[in-house]
Amino acid sequence: MQVQEIYNKLEKQFPGKVGLFRGDIFDPCLNVDAGAIVEVCRYLRDDPETSFEVLSDLTAVDWTKKDDEKIQVVYHLFSYGKRHQIVLKVDLPREAPRIATVEGVWKAANWFEREVFDLFGVDFVGHSDLRRIMLPEDWIGHPLRKDYVEQEEYDGISTQRAPLVEKLLK
Amino acid sequence: MSEAVYPQSEVFHTEDMTISVGPQHPSTHGVLRFVVRTDGEVIGEAIPDVGYLHRSIEKIGEKCTYHGYVPYTDRADYLAAMFANQGFCMAAEKLAATEVTRRGEFCRVIACELNRIASHLISVGTFGQDIGAITPFLHALRERETINDLMEEICGARLTYNYIRIGGVGYDITQETCDKILTFLDHFDPIVDEYNRLLSYNKIYIERLANVAVITKEEAFQYNLVGPNLRASGIKWDIRRDIPYSVYPELDFEVPVGHGEKGTLGDCYDRYWVRMQELQESSKIVRQCLKMMPKGPAISKVPRKFKPPAGEVYVRVEAPRGDMGYYVVSDGSEYPYRVRIRTGSFTAMGIIDKLSRGIMVADLIALIASLDVDAPEIDR
Amino acid sequence: MQAFVDSLIQQGYFTGMPTQVVYAIAMIAAAFAVLSFFVAPLAGVTSWLERRVWARMQSRVGPNRVGPQGILQWLADGIKNLLKEDLIPAAADQLLFPLAPYIVFIGFLCTFVVIPFGSNLIVADLDIGILYLLAVTSIVVVGILMAGWSSNNKWSLLGGMRSAAQIVSYEIPAGLAVLSIIFLAGTMSTQGIIKNQGWAPWDWYLFNNPFTFIAFFLYFTAALAEGNRTPFDIPEAESELVAGYVTEYSGMRFLFFFFAEWGNLYVIGAVATILFLGGWQVPAVGDGLIEGVLQFVVFFLKAYLWVFVAMWVRATLPRVRVDQLMALCWKYMVPLSFLCVIGTAAWMVVFPHGNRWASVGMFVLGVVILLLFFGRVRYQIRHSKPELYLRPYI
Repeated sequence: MQVQEIYNKLEKQFPGKVGLFRGDIFDPCLNVDAGAIVEVCRYLRDDPETSFEVLSDLTAVDWTKKDDEKIQVVYHLFSYGKRHQIVLKVDLPREAPRIATVEGVWKAANWFEREVFDLFGVDFVGHSDLRRIMLPEDWIGHPLRKDYVEQEEYDGISTQRAPLVEKLLK
Repeated sequence: MSEAVYPQSEVFHTEDMTISVGPQHPSTHGVLRFVVRTDGEVIGEAIPDVGYLHRSIEKIGEKCTYHGYVPYTDRADYLAAMFANQGFCMAAEKLAATEVTRRGEFCRVIACELNRIASHLISVGTFGQDIGAITPFLHALRERETINDLMEEICGARLTYNYIRIGGVGYDITQETCDKILTFLDHFDPIVDEYNRLLSYNKIYIERLANVAVITKEEAFQYNLVGPNLRASGIKWDIRRDIPYSVYPELDFEVPVGHGEKGTLGDCYDRYWVRMQELQESSKIVRQCLKMMPKGPAISKVPRKFKPPAGEVYVRVEAPRGDMGYYVVSDGSEYPYRVRIRTGSFTAMGIIDKLSRGIMVADLIALIASLDVDAPEIDR
Repeated sequence: MQAFVDSLIQQGYFTGMPTQVVYAIAMIAAAFAVLSFFVAPLAGVTSWLERRVWARMQSRVGPNRVGPQGILQWLADGIKNLLKEDLIPAAADQLLFPLAPYIVFIGFLCTFVVIPFGSNLIVADLDIGILYLLAVTSIVVVGILMAGWSSNNKWSLLGGMRSAAQIVSYEIPAGLAVLSIIFLAGTMSTQGIIKNQGWAPWDWYLFNNPFTFIAFFLYFTAALAEGNRTPFDIPEAESELVAGYVTEYSGMRFLFFFFAEWGNLYVIGAVATILFLGGWQVPAVGDGLIEGVLQFVVFFLKAYLWVFVAMWVRATLPRVRVDQLMALCWKYMVPLSFLCVIGTAAWMVVFPHGNRWASVGMFVLGVVILLLFFGRVRYQIRHSKPELYLRPYI
């Protein structure tokens, strides 16, 4: 199924919830309204014509352009049966981003969402086990955000390393 | 079994034991940790705890140029660094519409498939070791050592290759090296049979793996298993064949799938057996490539200041641990805006908690080994 | 041994000393001699040989630096471990933890009392020799359980529990396999059992009848399990339980466990030799001394062959799971060993004086099995030959 057709289907099913379709790029993508993401995903999975059995990837991108500040959660869906893929994007505010979890649709989302939570600070509402995954529980900040500043020290251990030349000169 | 309710007595009572498997444990293959709640030998739950090897490779990607990031991708999966190289380079090439020379493509495939053999050898070797047979591991490493030597000859490195560059490969494979690779393959093909006789057909080994930790087709989809783990559940899917890239469409190779060889479809033995067969398939691919190798330059002309136009791309390659996806966002500058590496081990870890309920401690080890998870690839 | 001391007393060497004291001194001297001149080097050399045999099978070199071919590696290891800090964890049981290795060691060492290396070379020919042997080897389980529990480590505890269950279970098939030989020999004295056999293979109890033939394999398998050897090494399964009951041990105490394990290998082989393989029986040649030496050599080699087999098995086979281990014991080996006991008894009723033709037939069968086995193994040997050295010096 062509991505254009999928888009048309979705638009009919969820009027006003999907938009900003771009089919002229490598991986055609479309924007989904943050409130509708679970329904859209479940529809895409269950509809026999789309049947996206698999959530290939779930990640986020932090956009910090002047008038377009957002955290964009990106869903890569894939269907083994139909051999087509689609990219869904959800724009969230940079301050306190919240979105419903798609863990109920694909179990794989559990770990992906934990990672996004850990590294971007996106709160996935309804997630069964939303803990940090890569970093320690008491780490401050979300490193993959563009404005992230590393804390000076962690548990009394400096996270900075003095430049080698300075070290040698000492 | 774990759900069983035991008669509680005033005098005697049973208690669950919480054990920490790892991060320093002989069979967690690197630094993984599982918090395991057991009732004697039977596991109630095993919660994976990852992140011990997190090096924020994705963040580093935002600070490097495209060319400069290639060596970092090696570290994303040091057992199969060639694929990590290739994934990123393919993504960058797709963004900038860079051509790869034909000889470069063949060099890539040869190096990748040799790397796949090396990675699978580690996988099946450590599998044997986790089950208790130590000899197959050393036999596997013996062959892998030769591959490392070959790799050293091809690209000067034994583990983190940095061989595949944007637009081709760093160094051409000489005729002399090609002959050596062929000698190695002639030596290697019968060795696979030796492994089979030593390990695969061993009664104890089969008993330990058959019907253990079965992953059904639906579960494999739900948890997004990829690569050999997916194929072992009976799904004939290989990116090399189904979303062809590089010169794979011209090559003739089989995609081995699990058939429930010694037990149920999708059990540990199937996952092992798929890898064993892939060893031979990779050998076949390398042989074909050596025969078909055209003359020409190994790398095309790529500007030193590599500046792809703004856009984004998601590229998948078939790594030994399955589908390795690179999601690269470019904002038109010299540096990638965002690099995301999606790896097979990461999603494979997610299923361990579910599968471990009710199996025994020894089976948990078999399960971890059969999924072939690799700590650097999980944590990146 | 007692006869030797008696003869010394009669010759007037210890006049004026009470006989009991002389016996006591003689026993201590004998124990010292056996421990330091035989058991320690034996266990040590076995450890070295195991590593070398392993290395050969795994295309490695193995320890080859200390002494010719590395044969003194065990001494170096021993010295290293003596000099290491003997760490007792603060949370461990302060009494049982240090004691456990010695209990294991005693259990293993006591077996040497009844192992006859020649017609006269035995510490004490007890009337209940085999029973004594089974009894003292069971002490090992107490030591292992103590080690597992007192370490206050969950892995150790799991290992100790596994070991206890395993050893107690496998005592049964081992004991029953031994029982069928006791039927045949009519005695439990180790010397008596050997004297009832002949030097020729068809006079061995192994080939006496089909049931003893099976009993031999039952015994050997059960003994491997009791000795915690692969494929039954689940108590110290390093890929599952880190190191099982020895996780918390270090230095010399750690070594004692392995000392016992490697020494125990030899005991397994020796008991198999006593019961099934004709012990020290040799064709009558020459005078006393030559015959004595020959007897020792024959016994030693027969027993050591099984040590080698155990090493081989360990290098080849994966490990079974706990439930499979128990299933193997209770579902297959125990019924089979009962069958062997009953079958041997029935055989004795049918052929009160044995059946020479059946023995020779069994012997031929045994040789055929061995040849088939080697035919299978030859394949691997042939294939492991060609080494690929594309760049041998890098």
